[in-house]
Amino acid sequence: MKSETPLHRVEGLGAAHSGTQHFWRERITAIALIPLTIWFGFAVLALVGGREVDVLTFFQHPWNAGLMGLFIIVLLVHSTVGMQSVIDDYVQQPGLKVLSLLLNRGFAWLMGATCLVALLRIVS
Amino acid sequence: MADIPHPQGTRPRPLSPYVSIYKWSVTMATSITHRITGIGLYAGVVLIAWWLVAASMGPETYQPFLNAAAHPIGQIILFGFTWAAAYHLFNGIRHLAWDIGYGFLPRDAMWSGVVVIALSILGAVAIFVWAYTMRMGAPQ
Repeated sequence: MKSETPLHRVEGLGAAHSGTQHFWRERITAIALIPLTIWFGFAVLALVGGREVDVLTFFQHPWNAGLMGLFIIVLLVHSTVGMQSVIDDYVQQPGLKVLSLLLNRGFAWLMGATCLVALLRIVS
Repeated sequence: MADIPHPQGTRPRPLSPYVSIYKWSVTMATSITHRITGIGLYAGVVLIAWWLVAASMGPETYQPFLNAAAHPIGQIILFGFTWAAAYHLFNGIRHLAWDIGYGFLPRDAMWSGVVVIALSILGAVAIFVWAYTMRMGAPQ
């Protein structure tokens, strides 16, 4: 007789090899992105056709700089999680899958660093 | 499906339905579009990074960005980005409603899909009309 429960047998065996953290992270960032995206839309509309100084003045306001930084971070977390589920679904070959997951993370970190450094340069 | 070749002497085996066998429905189209727009928006972060870096480096670097954005191809890309953002936002809200158990009836899922498609197109067009109107008023 086996002492192993059915739950233990399936734990960690989904395509992502992990549980509900992925699901929740995707939902929480999705909810946060609703107001952040609307804010970003208005921000871009306010700066359309403007000069570089208008962008600088806009982001030198702490609220705008803070919201922009938050928008970038939440957007990238949401995108990484979303892209990972696409990779989990469609990329089956293990080597290619690891490579795709690394590229996914790498791209997000690269974009995050670039945007935040640019933002810091604007603010300072 | 019946014309798929099979080895001599064996009967054709039953096949599970392929993607190609289904009749396209609103819910299928909105589902795959959600993924495609999501991937597109992720790639579009490059544009946000370009914008911030260009602005941070001064007027000489910002001008080429403005020129690229004002170019017809740039405008088409920006419109696509705007529409994708509007679509993913509205359809994302639809997904969140499903997550808490609303709108699962086939009829409801269908009409909410149509509403999302309509809203995303209207939203993107409205944003562009707004942007163009503001730009006309702004000193060049």
